[in-house]
Parts: sequence; structure tokens; C-alpha cells
Amino acid sequence: MLNNDTRRLVLAHFWIAFAAFFVALLLGEWQMYIRSPLRDWIGNPELYYRAVTAHGSAMGYVFPTLVAMGFGYAIVELALKQSLVGKRWAWIGFFLVVLGTVTAMVPVSMGLATVLYTFYPPLIGNAFYYIGVVLVVVGSWIWVALMSVNLRVWKRAHPGEAVPLPMFANLAGAYLWAWTSLGAAIEILFMILPVALGFKSTIDAGLARVFFSWTLHAIVYFWLMPAYIAFYTLVPRAIGGRLYSDKMARISFILFLVFSMPIGVHHLFQDPQVGSGVKFLHAVFTGMVSIPTLLTIFTITASVEIAGRLRGGKGAFGWVKALPWQNPMMLAVAFSFILLGFGGAGGLINMSYQLDFAVHNTQWITGHFHLIFGGAIVIMYFALAYDLWPHLTGKQLASGRLMRTQLWLWFVGMIVLTFPWHVVGILGMPRRMAYFDYSNPEIAPQAITVIITFIGGLMLVVSGLLFLLVLLRGHRSVRITLPEFRFSQAAHHEGRLPAALNSYALWLALMIGLSVVNYGYPISQLIALKQTSVPAVPVGSQP
Amino acid sequence: MSDEKTFTFRNRWFTLSVGILVVIALLAALVGFVWVPQAHARSVAASLWEAICRAAGAPAPFQTAGLPAEQQQYPSSVIVNAQMMSVAGEGSVGHGATLAMACTMCHGARGTSPAGTPHLAGQPASATYKQLRDYASGHRVSAIMQPMVANMSDQDMRDLAAYYASLERERIVDIAPSDEQTPRLVRNGDPMRNVGACSSCHSPHAVRPATPVLEGLSGTYLRDQMHAFREGRRTNDINRQMRNAVHKLSDDEIETLAKYYAGR
Repeated sequence: MLNNDTRRLVLAHFWIAFAAFFVALLLGEWQMYIRSPLRDWIGNPELYYRAVTAHGSAMGYVFPTLVAMGFGYAIVELALKQSLVGKRWAWIGFFLVVLGTVTAMVPVSMGLATVLYTFYPPLIGNAFYYIGVVLVVVGSWIWVALMSVNLRVWKRAHPGEAVPLPMFANLAGAYLWAWTSLGAAIEILFMILPVALGFKSTIDAGLARVFFSWTLHAIVYFWLMPAYIAFYTLVPRAIGGRLYSDKMARISFILFLVFSMPIGVHHLFQDPQVGSGVKFLHAVFTGMVSIPTLLTIFTITASVEIAGRLRGGKGAFGWVKALPWQNPMMLAVAFSFILLGFGGAGGLINMSYQLDFAVHNTQWITGHFHLIFGGAIVIMYFALAYDLWPHLTGKQLASGRLMRTQLWLWFVGMIVLTFPWHVVGILGMPRRMAYFDYSNPEIAPQAITVIITFIGGLMLVVSGLLFLLVLLRGHRSVRITLPEFRFSQAAHHEGRLPAALNSYALWLALMIGLSVVNYGYPISQLIALKQTSVPAVPVGSQP
Repeated sequence: MSDEKTFTFRNRWFTLSVGILVVIALLAALVGFVWVPQAHARSVAASLWEAICRAAGAPAPFQTAGLPAEQQQYPSSVIVNAQMMSVAGEGSVGHGATLAMACTMCHGARGTSPAGTPHLAGQPASATYKQLRDYASGHRVSAIMQPMVANMSDQDMRDLAAYYASLERERIVDIAPSDEQTPRLVRNGDPMRNVGACSSCHSPHAVRPATPVLEGLSGTYLRDQMHAFREGRRTNDINRQMRNAVHKLSDDEIETLAKYYAGR
């Protein structure tokens, strides 16, 4: 059961997250529109890239961070059944994130920090943009500390007991975030800010990019964590099944912790400053991430099958028909897996050193991460919001039909949006183009794909609007007496849990050790290398 | 459970997870840093250590240590640009023709000779002029050429170069025309070894200042000059262009190139 003030805390996180999400969604659709043949070119590419910067920063940093934080606070009370320790700190963290978002978005909207959300040194924007991003990260670090403190409090009160799975997974996400956000933090604090504040005029762009890659890939797994927690701890309960294996779930989460860190250099496959051997090493460990992903797909499918058979489904495929397809959670997990399947297959292509040459920096990449994040992950954010909402508002969330329409629209819209991107990506259409010259006979045949992606985007906007509508109606619905919130039960009562699956020390040691092995040499070598800095390129100032 | 220790070799979770990770990392490192670089080293004739350093991302020095240090601060005292030769009038060609009488012994009556010397007929004036200046200043060393140019004025050199540029190259009869295909080094160079295509500068169609036409030049002369550049005996190429181009070529490749150009 959630305390009243924890409810307010979680709702504040979720509402700011969803507001940022919706604004960013509109910006994304605007980008689709102005570069499509449906209207004349707006004439100023800067406006397009300004929108890309805001879209990426809000979708990448603000939205998932706030969802993870809010969900984490809820998990503490719901899974540990103790009231949240450090509420004041939690509010401070929340306000830091909000303050950081505003601080970053003001220079972006003024056109002073059009550096895209990946920063792209030697581009240097207004210092307040970076300070804002740092504030968001610092706010989230408070959350990491609070998660750790709350678990410690619980452990002291329950010596020798197994940590409930939702909290165990939650902490895996928190520790992963703490370690992976270091890369971007170092890049901003020690490399970009000194230039943005005017103390230096050159920057080692190659080293900065390596530091960013430290963050850039594992951040996706941080975004993924709430979705995976929902897979394991909400889905089986919501559809009337059992979690196939609690241990398997724990193993998946710790494998994510270990393997998602030492792989970021696959974002730098075409960068000259990193050696091919280092790239190969990172490619191998990127491949290893498919193990926890496949474990999850197996475990969740097995859990769903249990639900189908409990509902009377027979035969090899009969259980699929017997599943509660009216249940939004059921729809969400099915859609999420389909999108994850396509996105994951594309990801395996991206991580292959040689295949990446064909698709690097094309629209294929845009398609890939929209499928994974915008598709598989965000659709689970919707589902977990629907699931938690009555417990946050104390009121009924009755619009089942609207929820299903919303999820269907998002699923179809995401496919309509991303599949054409994959196709034109293979044909060589570069990503991040503000403008296409459709009168060029080479480009003209691809114009239709830009129109299709615009239509896909339109479906997503409608879906986003419906999502907000459902949640708003939830606030005005009838008050109900809530049943106790439950997470999924495992199919088998697990016996003794090995200590390794009930604590993080070993996995954190492996995570840090592997990061040092895979990043130690390229980073120290680039630091030692002389004359690698290039003049910074200020953005937004008059030439 | 709470008394179970994680960090001990008796704990299977510890030994297995650490062991598997170490094995994966070692295997990946072996492939990425040794096996693939080894295969790579074979194809570019680099040493294994060089290939491993490259795989690790450690940049190698651009020039090998085999090249001697510059004798002079500048490889040439001639400033090479597109406007370095003014359009020569008739008079200067005539004056050059008179001066050329001294050259006929080696370079042939009309600038083409089977004696193994470079043909001067048809060479761009800027190329001949630069070499004359470099002999005079000592940037290019030759016991024969240096005394020949010692008393020439700058205008003499320009006139001489203009005269030879006005002549047409004659084919030396006893050299069979080359029927072999254009070597890859001429067409494409070898990007993996940082060797540019010969034809990107030395082509009748690429008019580059101070760049000689190689077609029909003596094979002996070409071979000798490439060796001189490779071993650092000749250093008057601006920005080490030629030394960088040939310093990774093998004897066989030099032989092929010399034959190819001599037969054209």
C-alpha cells in the first residue's frame, strides 16, 4: 500500500515524465512533417536541429529517468512493504530533475544549444544546457542513493530473507545508472563545460566521444529496466498467471548489470580514434547482451503460457487463444515483444562490426532505437502506468477500450514509422537530415517513405493524446477501495536463494572490472596522446 | 543464507561467473588483438607487433625510422605553384635551344636519348626548371649535373626548360611497347599502405606543376630514382611526397612500375 505522500511523489514524477514525453512527441512529429514533401521546406535547418535536440534530450534523459525514479519509489513501498525513507531527499531529487530540465530547455529553445542530445563535441552550446543535463543526472543520483538506503533499512529489519524480486531488479537498474552516467558526467564536467564556460577553446573530441559511449549504450538498459521489471513482476499477475522462474529473473537482471556496460564502443565503430581490436572486444560483449534478453523472452513467454493454460487453453497453440486479450497488460507485453524482436534483430546487425558499415548513421539506426525505446520500452511504461494508476489516485481506471485503442495505435504507428526507416536506411538515406531535395531524381522515389513515416508519427501523436486522456480521466473517476497491490508470484516456491542472487557485490565488481578491461586502455591511451584537441565550434553565436 | 560467503572460491557462483567472464574476455581479446591483426599483417606486409598496436589503436609514427633526417631544412628552394612558369616567348625557347647544345651528349640531340638518362623532350617546363634549381642549390645531388648548372642564371634555367617543353618526345625504337595491364599501384595505389595512385599526379592528363611525365622514361633511371627515394638518397621532393609514396614498396613492385612506364 502506498502512503499518501508517496503517492504524490510518484504522481509528480510520472506527470512531469509524461508531459515531457508528450511535448517531445509533438516535436518529433513536427520534424517528420516539415521535411516531408507535404509542405515547403521551412528554409532554416537550425530550427529542425533545435527540435531534434529538444526531442532527444526530453525523450532520452528526462522521460525515462523520471519514470524509473517514480516507479522505484513505488516499488520500495509496494514490494518492501515499508514506508519510503528519505522523502525529503526524494523531493529534492525531483526538483533537481525539473530544474535541470528547464535550465537545459531554455537555451535549446533559444537556439543556443543546438548540439543534438548526444552533444557532438567539438560542437559547443550554451553552458546552461550542459548544466541542466548535469542537474538531471545529479537528481537521479539522489534516487540511486535512496534506493540503496531503503534496501539497507529493509535488510536490517529482515535479516537473511530474500530481497523481493521487484526491489532486486530496481536496484540493478539504479546501480547500472550510477555507474554508466559517470561517462557523460565526466565528459560534461571535465571536457565540455570548461570550453562552454570559456576557460578553454579546444576540446579532445575523440576522447569525449569515448566517454559518451560509456554512457550511451548502458543508458538504454537503464531505460529498459522499468519495462523489464514490469515484464517479470506485473505481467504474470495482471493476466492471471505465474512467473515461470524467480531465479531466472534475477539472473537476467544481473547479466544486464554485467554486460550492458563494457560495450559502448560499438557506437564508435566508424570512429578512427579507437582501435579495431577494442571495437571487436566490445562487439563480443554486445553480443552477450542477447543472453539476458533471450532468457527474458523465454521466461515471460513461459509465464504467459502458464496463464493461458490456467484459463483452459489446450494444445500447442490453443493457450495463445485463451489468453486475456482484453487486458491492456496482455496487449502491451505482446506488442512489446514483437517490437523488441524486430528491434533486437536490427541491433544484432548494428553490433556486427562489418555489417555496421552498411547502416551506420543511416535512417536504419533511427528506426532501430525507435523500435527498441519508443516501441518495446515505452509501451511497457504505458502499461505500468495503467497498472499503478488506481493505486496512485485511489480511483478506478475504467476506460479499458480506450487503453486498448491507445496501445494498438502505438504499436501500429511505431511499425509504420520505423519500417520505412529501415528500408531507406539500407538504401543509404542518412539520418538527421533537415531537408531532402525531392526534385533530385535519385531522391524522388524515397519521398513516399517520408510521407509514410509522417503518417506513422501522426498515429503515435493520437496514441499519446489518448494515453494522457486515460490518465486524466482516472483522476476524475469514482473512488474505490483498493485491493492490496500484489506483484507476480513465482510458479514454484523457490527454496534457498544463493547469496549471489540476493546481493550485488559480486556483480558490481564484475561490472566495474569489465568496464576497466574494455575501456581502460582506449581511455588512458587517448588521454596520454598529445595534440588531439581540436578547436571548439560554438553553436548559436553569430559568426 | 546470510552466512554464505560470495567472494570465495568455494562458492560456485563466484568461480563460475568470474571464470566464464575471464574466458570470454580472453578469447575475444585473442581474436581481436592477435588473430585478426595477424591476418591483417600478412596482407599489408607489416610486422605482427605493428598490427597489434594498430588493433589497440596506438598510432604508429607516419614515417618509418629507415628514412634519414633531412639534410636541409627545406627539400627544395623552389616555390612550386601553378603560376611558377610565365608563358615562355619564342625568344626564350631559342635561347634555351642554344644552351641545350651542352646537354646533347647525354640527353640526346632533341631531348630523347637511349643512354639511360631521363628524356627532357615534352616534360613540363616547371619540372625541368625545378630539377635544375635543385641541382644548383644542392637539394638534389649529382656529380654530373651539379657542375653543368653551376654557372647558369635563373633565366637560363627557365629558357632551357621552356625549350625542352616545346619539343615532342620521340619513341626509342628498341624498347617494346608495354602490353601488360596497368598495374594496380598506378591505377589505385594501395590505400592500406598509404600509397597513393601514381597516376593521380604522373599522368599526361593531370597537369601538376613540377611533376614529370613518366611515360617512356628509361627503366633504369626510374628504378634508380625510386630506390633513391626509398632509401633517402634523394630528398628534393616537397612534403616527402615521393619518399612517402615509395617507402613501403618492395623491389618487385618498383621493378614492375619501372618496366610499365618505360614501355609506354
